Amino acid sequence: MTTLDTTHDLVGRGNREGAAMFREWFEELDNTAKTGGQSAYVFVMGSINEILKTFDLPVVFPEINSLQTAVRHVAHEYLEEAENYGYSPDICGYVKADVGTQLRGGEHPMAQIPKPSLTVLTNACNTYIKWAEIWERMYGTPTFTIDIPGTRQAGKQTWQGDRDFEADRKYVEVQLRELITLCEEVTGKKFDIDKFREVLGYANTMSRSWKRILELNNAKPSLFSALTDGTIFLGVANGFRGTEEGAQYFERVVEEMEYKAANGIGQTIDEKYRLLFVGVPCYPIFRRFNELFTEWGGTFVNSTYLWFASGGTNRGFEYDLKDPVASLAEGVLVSVRDAMDSMFHQNEVLEDMANDFDVDGIIYHPIKSCRTVSTGLADGRKHMTEKLGIPSLFIESDMMDRRVVSEAQMKNRIDAFFEGLESRRQQTLSDGKG
Amino acid sequence: MTMTATRIFTEWRDKSLDDALLECRDMVEAPDFETARRWREAGGKIAGHFQVYFPEEIVHAAGMLPFKVRGAPLEANQADSHFGSYLCSILKTSLELALSDVVEMDLFISHPICDAARNLAAIWGRNVDYPSQILYLPQNPNSSGSIDYLTHEYDRIRRVVEEVSGRTITDEDLQNSIAVFNENRRLMRELYEIKRDTPWLIAAEDAYALVALAGMVPREEHNELLTELLPKIRERDNKPEDRIRVVFEGGFCEQPPFDLIRMLGRTVYVVDDDFLIGLRWITEDVPVDGDPLGNLATAYIEHSSYSPVQHDLRKPKEEMLKQRISDAGADAAILAAAKMCEPGLEEQVAYTHSLDDAEISYFLSEFEENMSSFDQLELQVATFVEHLLFA
Repeated sequence: MTTLDTTHDLVGRGNREGAAMFREWFEELDNTAKTGGQSAYVFVMGSINEILKTFDLPVVFPEINSLQTAVRHVAHEYLEEAENYGYSPDICGYVKADVGTQLRGGEHPMAQIPKPSLTVLTNACNTYIKWAEIWERMYGTPTFTIDIPGTRQAGKQTWQGDRDFEADRKYVEVQLRELITLCEEVTGKKFDIDKFREVLGYANTMSRSWKRILELNNAKPSLFSALTDGTIFLGVANGFRGTEEGAQYFERVVEEMEYKAANGIGQTIDEKYRLLFVGVPCYPIFRRFNELFTEWGGTFVNSTYLWFASGGTNRGFEYDLKDPVASLAEGVLVSVRDAMDSMFHQNEVLEDMANDFDVDGIIYHPIKSCRTVSTGLADGRKHMTEKLGIPSLFIESDMMDRRVVSEAQMKNRIDAFFEGLESRRQQTLSDGKG
Repeated sequence: MTMTATRIFTEWRDKSLDDALLECRDMVEAPDFETARRWREAGGKIAGHFQVYFPEEIVHAAGMLPFKVRGAPLEANQADSHFGSYLCSILKTSLELALSDVVEMDLFISHPICDAARNLAAIWGRNVDYPSQILYLPQNPNSSGSIDYLTHEYDRIRRVVEEVSGRTITDEDLQNSIAVFNENRRLMRELYEIKRDTPWLIAAEDAYALVALAGMVPREEHNELLTELLPKIRERDNKPEDRIRVVFEGGFCEQPPFDLIRMLGRTVYVVDDDFLIGLRWITEDVPVDGDPLGNLATAYIEHSSYSPVQHDLRKPKEEMLKQRISDAGADAAILAAAKMCEPGLEEQVAYTHSLDDAEISYFLSEFEENMSSFDQLELQVATFVEHLLFA
């Protein structure tokens, strides 16, 4: 095979295969809904797929369902339905789009969404807890909260061997064992420890690969857009965690990215400015939002989104298959805690990213819908600017609600930001000449 | 140094009941939190704890003042630039207390009650030079591991407080504090009995002020205040009026303006509520003997109230609300939520649907701690009351 053939085959393969897997996943959900099969509702920050896949439970991510309504420009219909039911315009759009979906009996642009047989959530986002209460009331099916203690104070994380860490790990392990018992009750299946180990093995491959993919993107030019391509990878990382297909997919993405790095193949535009993205994408104008940056040669080389929305998979934690439940407890604890840190204590994360990825600017995108991600961004930015002096842009909109997305205003702000970057770069060049 | 004998709110002493209550209202309404300043001037240290619940006994046992951070009726001039849009007011005004040195603290503790509050600890920590922590109260109180976990978490907080206070906290210290707080819990329950059984004896805003002071003065002092005033309140010869009895729900975190509570008190009898519910979270005495931290943890899980920010399969909120309405013999509910409060606004939906099903009347509203005009709201409440009285 020639280099040209290899390039043709490899470059973009992750996106193509990811999109296909995504469709297959929704086809499975559609089939589950239509045949009345069981499913588990879960969330991206700590899906506990490792246990659910051991019981062969199809997983539904209502966050992903909701963002898909925005990407497909129908979110407003679902939001309106939930607001008519009583939900305030000031609460999370993901919740409301899901309420709309449930009120429509699971009707969704991508598939018929099955009803939950079981809901599993973590406390990584408090709104998860309120959200799950809605299904409790609607369906009366079991809800299980895996409570994961987070970082108590910036820079004071504890680790294996510390008594506080051990107390947290033990608490998580007790809950995981209780969840296993609940899954046995819901599915009528006995927990299969060998299958569990197999699932953990696939999850290990995915975690190792995810970490590697993120690291590889420090290449110049960067290899993939953390905003657009990264969102496709995220979908597979969540939906297929703990599966053979998911593990294979990520090994193939690593292969693609290593090839691109070795051959200097970057994103589809000429990279002029390397950017970090902080927050949640603007899904109502997803493609256009990205273009507002790429038109200036701005590329997103990393994002906190790829950290927290993967549930901390970026840590690359690998489970010890000899002691699987205890190891899962430790992995869930450190990974989900890391996901929370990248929202609540993101400055430490951003400082590392800025250095490792040699970035020119940081884009903060707080959104009305999500206080988990957005509350600390203004203050975080203030301190980051003081500490690192890296130019940054702060633009508020929403991930779901087009009523608070003003593309024209956004464009003005983004254009001004890049003009500032250009001017800064010109100044640096002329200083260098002088 | 022992601070247990220090008294920082004495204005009410040796006064008539009406004048004493006036002093209480003035102290609670004032945005300068004078009691905190006095405590520090007396050489004391302060641990600020954000809404909703905090095991104040641990701080009290170290001789520090547990100070309830509940926002304030002031402009967030310095804090505003630290936040984006779409956030509740209490975050901003609470941080303002710290940035403007209105309340000088030695430790700040927030809780995972909501997504905004969890961020607050990190924001606070970036802007002050004392520790800012999160106490991770369990969000899975139904797990068999939750009490052991919480006992350890309380022990961790004990170590943090020891470091800040410079004093070892013994089990005996904690047991003594539990006894003081048990007395306070008993007195608070008595205050709410008066509200419930004879609401004409105490105005809504007076009852509120008496509760709020618990978060501003040492508990021994608060016990003295309630011990002195409650019998006098019971002895009043006020006559019952023909008013509807309501439960106010929605004051678990950001507080409605004092004038809003005063306005309600003019119109209805507020016979039960969740104002500052964290100060009344534990519903029974905590055993004094035995492992004090284990006892506090058990009380949190097993003998506690409810709020939209705690998920407990045993306590569906709408059922708990209906129980509260029933126990208080209320005719209706006021379902309020602070603007931009995600859990409060979400809970309103469950409450309204459930009360609709139960055919219990309710008045739905949003508020903000800094709102200052109530004319429209008063008119709406009056219309609601008339509808109930004459329907």
